Formats: sequence, structure tokens, C-alpha cells
Amino acid sequence: MSNTSNDAKLVRMANQIATFFHSQPAETRAPGVATHINKFWEPRMRRQFFDIVDNRGGAGLDPLVLDAAPLIRRPAAENAGEHASAN
Amino acid sequence: MNLIKEIDFGTPASKSEKMVTLTIDGREVTVPEGTSIMRASMEAGIEVPKLCATDMVDAFGSCRLCLVEIQGRAGLPASCTTPVAPGLVVSTQTPRLKDVRRGVMELYISDHPLDCLTCAANGDCELQDMAGAVGLRDVRYGYDGENHVKARNDGALNIKWQPKDESNPYFTFDPAKCIVCSRCVRACEEVQGTFALTIEGRGFDSRVSAGMHEDFVSSECVSCGACVQACPTATLQEKSVIEIGQPEHSVVTTCAYCGVGCSFKAEMRGEELVRMVPWKDGQANRGHSCVKGRFAYGYSNHKDRILNPMVREKITDPWREVTWEEAFAHVANEFRRIQYQYGRDSVGGITSSRCTNEETYLVQKLIRAGFGNNNVDTCARVCHSPTGYGLGQTFGTSAGTQNFDSVEETDVVIVIGANPTDGHPVFGSRLKKRLRQGAKLIVIDPRRIDLVKGPHIEASYHLPLKPGTNVAMLTALAHVIVTEGLFDERFIRERCDWSEFEDWAAFVSEEAHSPEAIEALTGVSAELVRGAARLFATGGNGSIYYGLGVTEHSQGSTAVMAIANLAMATGNIGRPGVGVNPLRGQNNVQGSCDMGSFPHELPGYRHISDDATRDIFEKLWGVKLNEEPGLRIPNMLDAAVEGTFKGIYIQGEDILQSDPDTKHVSAGLAAMECVVVQDLFLNETANYAHVFLPGSTFLEKDGTFTNAERRINRVRRVMTPRNGYADWEVTQKLAQAMGLSWNYTHPSEIMDEIAATTPSFALVSYDYLEKMGSVQWPCNEKNPQGSPIMHVNGFVRGKGKFIRTEYVATDEKTGPRFPLLLTTGRILSQYNVGAQTRRTDNVVWHDEDRLEIHPHDAENRGIREGDWVRLASRAGETTLRALITDRVSPGVVYTTFHHPDTQANVITTDFSDWATNCPEYKVTAVQVSPSNGPSEWQIEYGEQARQSRRIAGKLEAAE
Repeated sequence: MSNTSNDAKLVRMANQIATFFHSQPAETRAPGVATHINKFWEPRMRRQFFDIVDNRGGAGLDPLVLDAAPLIRRPAAENAGEHASAN
Repeated sequence: MNLIKEIDFGTPASKSEKMVTLTIDGREVTVPEGTSIMRASMEAGIEVPKLCATDMVDAFGSCRLCLVEIQGRAGLPASCTTPVAPGLVVSTQTPRLKDVRRGVMELYISDHPLDCLTCAANGDCELQDMAGAVGLRDVRYGYDGENHVKARNDGALNIKWQPKDESNPYFTFDPAKCIVCSRCVRACEEVQGTFALTIEGRGFDSRVSAGMHEDFVSSECVSCGACVQACPTATLQEKSVIEIGQPEHSVVTTCAYCGVGCSFKAEMRGEELVRMVPWKDGQANRGHSCVKGRFAYGYSNHKDRILNPMVREKITDPWREVTWEEAFAHVANEFRRIQYQYGRDSVGGITSSRCTNEETYLVQKLIRAGFGNNNVDTCARVCHSPTGYGLGQTFGTSAGTQNFDSVEETDVVIVIGANPTDGHPVFGSRLKKRLRQGAKLIVIDPRRIDLVKGPHIEASYHLPLKPGTNVAMLTALAHVIVTEGLFDERFIRERCDWSEFEDWAAFVSEEAHSPEAIEALTGVSAELVRGAARLFATGGNGSIYYGLGVTEHSQGSTAVMAIANLAMATGNIGRPGVGVNPLRGQNNVQGSCDMGSFPHELPGYRHISDDATRDIFEKLWGVKLNEEPGLRIPNMLDAAVEGTFKGIYIQGEDILQSDPDTKHVSAGLAAMECVVVQDLFLNETANYAHVFLPGSTFLEKDGTFTNAERRINRVRRVMTPRNGYADWEVTQKLAQAMGLSWNYTHPSEIMDEIAATTPSFALVSYDYLEKMGSVQWPCNEKNPQGSPIMHVNGFVRGKGKFIRTEYVATDEKTGPRFPLLLTTGRILSQYNVGAQTRRTDNVVWHDEDRLEIHPHDAENRGIREGDWVRLASRAGETTLRALITDRVSPGVVYTTFHHPDTQANVITTDFSDWATNCPEYKVTAVQVSPSNGPSEWQIEYGEQARQSRRIAGKLEAAE
């Protein structure tokens, strides 16, 4: 489902978040990254994120992002077949 | 309905708290000290005749009509320039006054044309009124003497006569009707602050002149309309009044252009709009306006406006006009099909920051309750989303902290990444007024904006930093304030978390953050930075105003936090005259954010994962809401290219022109199966649409806009929607077609729902707004009058939070291929993507985007003024004409994005703010080279746009 250019973009976004938290007090860094991703990333993005972490050894991700990964909420299984109900 | 006529008190109100009592015409009157006798009389209901006085400008005392007699004082003092004093006994009407006034009027009328019946001001002329008031029956001097009225005197040319100046597209200047009261000159100086008008000559030769005896459009005049409003005769007259006649009723409404949110009277004759006049009681604009709100409304009747719904199978097909029912059924079927085929999350929508709160609320409700996901976003994504994040983290709310009136009490102002005289002109004028009274100004901007030096204003410091170095600069200012001990310890201990402050203070004190250390990054001398920091910390009430030059960077959110840190460190929060003031771009961008337009937030900025908040809406809407955040605009486009996002409903936004990296946007749109655009015109995004739903203008619907100061202002319908439906009705009918049982009969019912679900709007209703005029949220039991100033008794989050702001250079770097930095902005006469203003006479001032380039960079490249140049970045290239100016520093180029044929966003990249994905519009590495004309891409794009605007059975529509 994901292609490399989109992966690169996602990695870049995650690393940008980590870059900000690198300069914050040590104990807030990993939780800061995780909270941010939990709050703002749609499940599809988090799914793609975990695909990179789980299946591709987190290639390209800042070590701080990997530290934060256990604190990031895993999205529910894909709802591809799920149909919206009217109303 | 009546024509609203505000009372003209003749002179401005006095702010003194000391009261003075005097007697006028036998009535005891008590007014604030410093009030003029003229104003005191008017407050007692006694109208002293006047011509040169009006309460929008200071008293001048030239017309000699407002004379009064004061017991015990000799002579006949002018009531406009004579202040009240305790115990005065004033007579406004005595035999002597009557004679003198009549004599004065005789002189005026002896040099004034007597064409009242055919004059455009007939019925709205103060000269006519005064002739009546003083009982003028005869002009003993006759009309044959020296005059400015007749082109010829007894067959000979009259050198004192001047023809009418019709150069301005919106108003005329007829010197023959001028009584030289100077009201226009003073309005231009005192209200607008442009100083474009003057009185030339002396005595009988005196006359009003634009610039150096130029016509209006060639002069410095910015066409704000203040002079026209001030003119007591038909000398300065709206062309629309000349064409149509005097209005018969008026309705107060809110301008649909920028985030200042000016109140206007829409003056009507039947359903025809005669003119828009700024409303004196408007709390944001206090009776002032700019060229856009005052005059540029003609787009509502422009021939390009689309009035019928249209559908097409493929975007290469011509459009086919259909009935509304067909259009709604088509959209509902398509969205249901797509969701069935690709999953519930494969569709979404974009709410409009130009539409009303009520309309925005409905679009996000349709997406959350009807589509069953949270894929909703709004144009704030690309402008002030970092403000929401940055201020939310530090203060606990994204709200700007002040009202606009606050500027009247400020002593030192930082303007960073904003150009108020162009982008927020009415606020710009209010700021300039305060600067002329002595407030100090610090401008932090790569470009020498007009505020840096203008008539009677000059910034104490201009820090022309390199684009992309805001965080380094703001942190260096903090470095100076902390290391020199200029911070406000009492405020910080009382209101902020002291240990967080200590952590932050240690961080900013590091040598790496000193002005000297960052000089090489910003290109600004350390001495200037130190001076500016000292001024801001010690100059009294300090306020910070900022715009998209702060937010639209990869460190946009960090810069907003740095601004908040500065305000807290200097104790400049929680009272008038101080604060952090985001200048919002569009009329209702504040409102669209308030209304839950972001994919992670329900109305009132409550996170979608919060069970209690979801519960409120689930109960009311009778649906289960998705607790996961949805996709943001750039994420939607990524998902579309990837194949998981297939349908979008876009109300009133032109993402193809306004969003960065045009090629990526078009690829995303082209990958979708159903793109629905609701707009006034076939905008650029509509080139990729399958369904077009015609929109309505702000004149055609009821609702509310919320401006940059959180002020909820009423928008009132003054004419029937030409397309048949107001935008909220279109969304409702679409929702009904999708099976939702909505049944709103008026936008007030939508506001009631907002108030019932959103604590910060708890007391807001149309009845309450009718009573209060307008209110600033939060408006609830705790703040029944609304909240002009935030954080008065402490921060919303409890303790103010200092956050470290480490500067990180953007990845967008100059190099041998792209050695210059491009930054973008806007211009006074045009608005955003220009869809509205380009369809008005405002094109007189700006009919194309130009590339500003420093003479040094131009010479190196062999570029002359006006030459076509090629502007290229790693994202794309375009061509436009060069404007050579030292307003930009060497190494920096600048352009606007108002015209689709330039498409500046072909150049901008997909880099964005780390926290919010707000695009980095303000920094792009580019190369500029001479060119022969439009790029291949522009030609292709132009042809594609032309093809995609074809409507079956109609002649090709012009852009």
C-alpha cells in the first residue's frame, strides 16, 4: 500500500518532530514525540509508521522516534472492507 | 427598514474620567473634561451648525459656522475648538450668531454650483443642510465674481476652474464643488495615515490636491475611502452613487475580506447595493475601511459567476448544467459508492475560512456525522495552524490575546512576519495612528515593508533577517532580555511556572543564542538586535503582532512559542496595550478553526479522543463518532496519490492556487474519483472537479464571521442569493441527500446548536448579538460581556509555560543551482488567490504578480526593470516580470500569489512546519534568469484551464 516517496515523507515528518523534542528536557522527549503523533496522525499514517518500524527496521527514523514508538498508539486493524452506515 | 444615520458629534470623544458640568441653551450638560462645546451640545441633543467639523477627525476651526456665545467671554468662539469648562453658560442661537452664520453661508454659496437637483449628493449634502439650517434665502454677492465653479467666465477661460478627476475607479473628485473644509485632507492624515492629500495655494486659491498636484490614481492615495466619507458635499463622491442615486435603507454587516472583520453599512436601494460605508460603531474598525471592503464588492455581479450546478464524468469533459436535485443526488451516490468501494475513510472535506461560522460548522458536521470520519481540514492548515499549536502549548489556548482597541494603549510594538498596511490595512492605520502619538516600533522582516518608514512614522529598529531565521532571532532577543536582567520577575513568579522559566532562561542564556552568535545566520548586526530587545523590554506596554511570515516555516510552531516566551518574560500579557496578536488572513479563519474544522478537534478546540466531548455531539447528532484524528490537507493529497483517498467536498477554498507545490496538489486531485467544489467561480481547483455547486456571497446570506480578535460579528443578508441558495442550505441539502435528517430553517438555529455544545460560545445567540452588537469569545456565564483581553487573572492553562526554542535551519537551502531565497506575501488591493478582487476594478493597482529583486542581483543576471524572468526552484518554474527594488536585501526575492497565470506556488515546495504541516511558503531556494515569456508549464496550464472551464451549450467562459 505504501510507496517509497510517501515513506520518505512520513519519515521526514517524524524526524522533524523528533528534532524539536531533542532540545527539550530529557524526560519529556520520547513522550513528547509520542503524544504529538498520537494527537495528530491519522490511523493510516500511524499504520504506515509501524510498517516502517516493524518490517523495515525503522529505516531512516531518528533514534528518538524509535524510543517513542512503544508509546505511540497502534491503530485498529485496517477497515478496508468496512462500509459507512448511512447516518 | 431605514437608512442608518450615525450621529456626528463633530469632534472625537474625550477619554477623560473627570466630568465637567456646564449650561448650553439653558440645559445643564455633564461631559468628560476635554470635550468640545460642539460635542457637549450634540450630546444634549443640540446640533450646532458646522461644515469643517466631523467626529472622525480632530477639530480644525476653519468654517466659522459653529460659532457660539459664552457668557462673560468676548467674541464668538468656534464651538468645535473650544473645550468645555465648569459653569460655562453657552448660547448656540442668538440674533448675532444668526447673522454671522448666514453671512458665512452666503460666502460659501457664492462660489458653489447651484445644481442641487442633478447633484449626486442631493439628499446627502451637509452644505445643503446648513443652507437650510441657517435660513439662507439670498446670496447678496451674486455668482458672477471670481469663482471655481464655471469653466468659462463671460466666454473667457476661468483659470481657477478644474475639471473633474475621474481617474480613481471608485470615486470622483470634482474641485468645482469643493468648499476647502480640509476634512478629506485630515481624514487621509489622521484616520488612514497616508498623507496623500494636501491643500495647495493660499486664500481664494486654496484647493485640495492629491499628491503633488496629481490625479488621484497616480498619487499615493490608497483608495481607502476615508476622504469620500468625510466630504460634506459631492466633491468626493462614490461613482456607484452617481450611477444609482441615494440609498433608501441600510443593513449593518461584516466585510468578507481579511481577518480584521470591519463592520459596514450595506446601503441599499431595493436589492441593489449602492455602496458600502464603514460603520462607526464597528468595534474592530471604528468607522474606517480599506479599498477592498469599501469598494471591491463588484465580483458578486461579475459575469464569470456560476449560477447553476454542474456535473461531468471526467475532468476532460465539458461541464453539463443540471438541476440542484440532480447535483445533490449525484454527489450523494458518488460518495456512498466510493466509501463502499474504498472504505469509510476514503472521503473527506475542506471547510471554508470565507464562509460563515454556521456554514463551516455544518460542513464539519456533515463529514463527522455523515461521512463517519474526521477527514476535515481548513485553510488555516496553510496559515495559522502553528499559532493554534504554539499558543495552545504555552498559554493553553490558541486565542489571540487582545482586541484591536488594545493598540491604542501600546507603547512599543514588534511587528514580525506581517505587513499590516497591505494585509490588514485598517489595523495598519490604527497602528500608524498610535505610532504618530509616540509609540515605538520594531519591525522584524526580510523586506522593508511600508511601516519601516512612512509619512510621520519610522521604526526604531528594522531587523532585516534572512528568511527562515525567525527562531534564531526571537531566541536572541530573549537572550538579551534574560542575560541583561530585563525580564519581569514578579509577573513570571506570579503567573508562570518558575522552574520552567529557569530551565528556559538557562537555555536562552547560552552563548550560542546570543545576538553575536547568530549574526552570521540572520545577517542582522548584533547591536541592532540588542537595541531592539532592550527597547521592547523597557519601553512600557509591549505588544507583538505577527502574521504568516512567522507561521509558514518549517519552524513555524517553534517561532510562535518563542513569541509567547518573549511576551511572558516581559510581563506583557493580560491587560490592554500588550499581548500576542496573530493577524489572521481570511475573514473567518478564526471562526473556521473555532468551529471544529481541524481533523483532530471538535468545535471549541476539544480533542476528538476526549470521550466527554464526543458524547455531547453523539447524543445530539444521534451517531457514533470516530475517535481517531483524520487527515490534514497535505495528508489527504498524499493519501490520494497513494490511492486510499478518493473523494472530497471543498467549500469555498482554492487549494490548487493557494496551497504549496501545485504539481503535487494537482496530482492528488487528479487521482480522486469525485471532487466537489462549491464556489462563486470556476476557480483553479475546479479544473479538477467533477461536480460544481454554485456558492453565494456574503451579501446573500445570514450568519456570523469571527475576526482575528475573536469577535463574533453578524453577517446579514441584503439580497436574494443569485444562485438560489445560501451556502448553508447547499450543505444541508447535500446532507439530506445522504440521508441525514437535518432541518435548519435559519442560520440562527445552527448558532444555537453551537452555543449548546461549545462552552466558549455558551451565551452566543442572534438575539444576544443583536443586543450587544458583537461579542468576543469566550462568551459564557463567566464572561457574559465576552472577553476583549485573555488571561487577565492568569493563564487559561493555569501557569504560563516557557518552552525551549532551538533554532534548526530549514532543509530548504540555497546552493549553486538555486542561490536566492524566495519569500511570498500579499498586496493591498488584492486578496488571497484574487478570485474576488481580480474581478473588480482593483486590478487598476495590481494587474499582475511581479518579482521584487535587489538591483545587485538583477544586474548580475542582466535583468532590467519590467523584464520577463524565469523563476525556478526544485519544485517547478514559472515566469513573471521583474520589479527592481532595494526593499528586498541582496539574496532575497519576493512575489505575491494573487494571479493564477503566475502560480507562484508552482515554485514553493512540500516542506512544512514540524508540528502542524503548515507549508513553508516563506522560504524557497530559487534561481532567477532572463526569459522570453511564459514557461511551457504556464502555456500548458493555461490551455488545460481553458479546456476544463467549457460548459456544454455555452460560449467559452472567460477567466
